[in-house]
Amino acid sequence: MSIKMPMTSSSASVMESPSPAVRNTRFERDPAPSAVSARAWSLGSTLTKILGLSVFAFLLFGPLANLVLWSFAERWYAPFKLPVSYGTRYWEVVFRPTGDAMSSLMTSVGIASLTVLVALAVSVPAGYALARLRLPWRTALMILFLLPQAFPSVAIYINVARVFYSLGLTGTITGVVLVHAAHGLVYSVWISAAAFAAVDKDLELAARNIGASPLRTFFTITLPLAAPGIMASAIFVFLESLDEFTGTFFVGVPQVTTLPLLLYNASMGGNYQIASITALILLVPSILFMLVIERFLRADVLSKVGQ
Amino acid sequence: MTGSHSAAIEVSDLQVSYGSQRVLHGVNLSVAPGEFIAILGSSGCGKTTLLRTIAGFQKASGGAIRLFGRDVVNTPPEKRGIAMMFQSYALWPHMTVLGNVGYGLRLRGVPRDEIRSRVASVLKMLNLSGLEERKVTNLSGGQRQRVALGRALAIEPEILLLDEPLSNLDAKVRIQVRSEIKALQKQLGFTAIQVTHDREEAMTMADRIVVMEAGRIAQVGSPEEVFDHPNSPFVASFMGAENTIALDVRPSGAGVEVRAAGGSATTWTGTAPVGGVTAYFRDDVASLDDPNARIEGSIVLPGTITQRTYPGGHYRYVVAIDDRHFTVTDSAYHELDRPVRLRLPLASLHLFPTEMIKGGNHA
Repeated sequence: MSIKMPMTSSSASVMESPSPAVRNTRFERDPAPSAVSARAWSLGSTLTKILGLSVFAFLLFGPLANLVLWSFAERWYAPFKLPVSYGTRYWEVVFRPTGDAMSSLMTSVGIASLTVLVALAVSVPAGYALARLRLPWRTALMILFLLPQAFPSVAIYINVARVFYSLGLTGTITGVVLVHAAHGLVYSVWISAAAFAAVDKDLELAARNIGASPLRTFFTITLPLAAPGIMASAIFVFLESLDEFTGTFFVGVPQVTTLPLLLYNASMGGNYQIASITALILLVPSILFMLVIERFLRADVLSKVGQ
Repeated sequence: MTGSHSAAIEVSDLQVSYGSQRVLHGVNLSVAPGEFIAILGSSGCGKTTLLRTIAGFQKASGGAIRLFGRDVVNTPPEKRGIAMMFQSYALWPHMTVLGNVGYGLRLRGVPRDEIRSRVASVLKMLNLSGLEERKVTNLSGGQRQRVALGRALAIEPEILLLDEPLSNLDAKVRIQVRSEIKALQKQLGFTAIQVTHDREEAMTMADRIVVMEAGRIAQVGSPEEVFDHPNSPFVASFMGAENTIALDVRPSGAGVEVRAAGGSATTWTGTAPVGGVTAYFRDDVASLDDPNARIEGSIVLPGTITQRTYPGGHYRYVVAIDDRHFTVTDSAYHELDRPVRLRLPLASLHLFPTEMIKGGNHA
C-alpha cells in the first residue's frame, strides 16, 4: 500500500503535464499567423518537461518498482527481462511467525524504542538547558553532540566495538542501543533545544507569576508546548535506529540481528526476494514519518534549529 | 504618601542592571492599598523593567521591594502573591479558556467543581460567559485580553500588575476596556500598577501617575498635577507641551515683566523664574487672535499661518514666527499666509530656567 501511493502520484504528475500543453496551443491559435516557430518552441518545451519528469520519476520510483517486482518474483533468471513466475511465497516466508524476518523486526523495533527512551532521557534536559540557561560553552556543547557524525563511522565503530568488548557489551541489546543513541542524540538534542527555545518565556513567567513552581511550570507549560518538536526528534531517532547498519554490524553481530543486518545477509546470500521484502518493510516507517513530521515540526521550531 | 507599613507596594532605592548596563538608578515609589498607579514613559525608560522586577522576573541589584511590609526582593515570583497581565497576554495555547483562567486555582488545590464555578463567575464579570471550552487560539484580540485579565484576577490577587495591557487592541476597543478595567479595580479593590506609554490612558485610568525618564522617576502626582504642573522640561514635553519658546523675565514692581524676542513686554503678577526662561506649551493653550487684539497676562507674537489641518472638531495650524514654527489648535477657520497674532496666556505656560534645560537631558 505504501508503495502504491507514490506510484499513483508519479503517474498523476506525468498525466498532468500534457494539459498545459493543450492550453498553450489553444492560446497560440488566436494571434498566430507568424507563430509557427513559437508553437514548435512551446511543443518542444512541453516535450522536454514530460521527458524530464519521466526521468525524474524513473530515478525516484524505478528502484522501488524493482523492489516490488523482486518481492513477488518466485523465479527470475537471465536472460528474462521480467520474472518467470510470480507469487507471494516469499512474503509468507518473511511473515511466518517463526521466521527470521519477524524476529529481527521485533529486535529492530525494540532497539529503536529503547534508543528513543535513552535519547530523550538525555535530550530533554540537555535541550532545555541549551535553550534556556546561560551556559558558558553553549556552542561548544552543541558541536559536541555533532561529533559522532563528523568522523568516518566505520573507524569510530571499530573502536567502539573494541571498548565495548572489554566491557562485555558486544553482542548485547544494551550495546547496540547505546551506539544508536549516541548517533541519534545529534538530532534529538538539536531539535529539542530548538523546540524549547521556541516556547515564549512569557508563557513560563505567566505560570510562575500565578503560583507555579519552576518544576510545575516545566511539566504543565514548557514541556507540553515543546512536545511536538520533541515528538519529531523522537521519530527521527526511531527511524535512524531502525535504519542503522554500521554500528549494529560492529557491536551487535552475531547475537543481535536487526532488519538491516537481515537485509544485508539476505542480499549477500543472493536471496533477493527476502532482501526486497525487508527493504519494503523498512520503507513503511519512513513514509509514515514523512506524513507525521510535517504536522509536528512547525516553522517556528525549525527556524530555531542550531541557534 | 502613606506609612511604610500600610503601603501595598513600597519600592525603595531599587537598582537593576542588565549585565554592566544599569537600567534603574534607585527608584523610590510607595503605593497605597487600592490605589491605581500608571507608570508613564517612553520606550527604554525602564518602566517595564520596574514592573518585572516587582513581579520577580528580573533580579534587583540593589534596594528593596516590600509588599504590605514584607520584603520580597529575594522571593521567587510564585511566592510573591502578585498577578500580572502581560503585554503579549502570554495565554497558553495548549489550554482552553477554562484551563488558562483556572490554572492558578488548580495550583491552589481548589476542587474541580469549585474551579468551574469560580471561572464561570470570572468570565461572567468579563463578559466572556460560555467560552470555557474554547481554545484560546480561537479568540479575538479583545477576548484574549479579557482571558489574560481573567487568569490574573481568578486567584483574587491583592496586587495586579498590567504591562501595556491595551496596546494590542484597536482604538475603539481600547477605550471601552480602559473603563472596564478601572471599574473592576474599583469593584474588587486590588492595588494596580499599569505600565503604559499612552498619556491619555494613564490620565484616564490612574489615581496617580509616575513619569519615568532614563531609569529614574521624573515626577509622581495626580493626573492634574502632572499635566498642569510638570516639574521638569521632560515631563512637560512628555505631557504634550511640545512647543518651546525662549523668554526673558525681569522683576518689575509686584510681578514680573516678560518679553519674547520680537514681541513687546508684558507685565504679569504671577510667579516665574527670573532670567533666561524657556516656556513649554501645548498646542491647545495658545490661540490665534486678531492682529490688533491686546490681552492682559498674555504674550502676543506676530506671525503667519503656514499650514492648516483639520483633525476633527478644531483646526490645527502651524504658525511661523521668524524662523520658528509652532503648532496651535484653534476652533476658528483662518486663511493661510495671513498675518495673525499668537497669544500665549502666561498662566498656562510651563516656565523653566534655560540653564536647567541645557544641564539636564531633555527628550
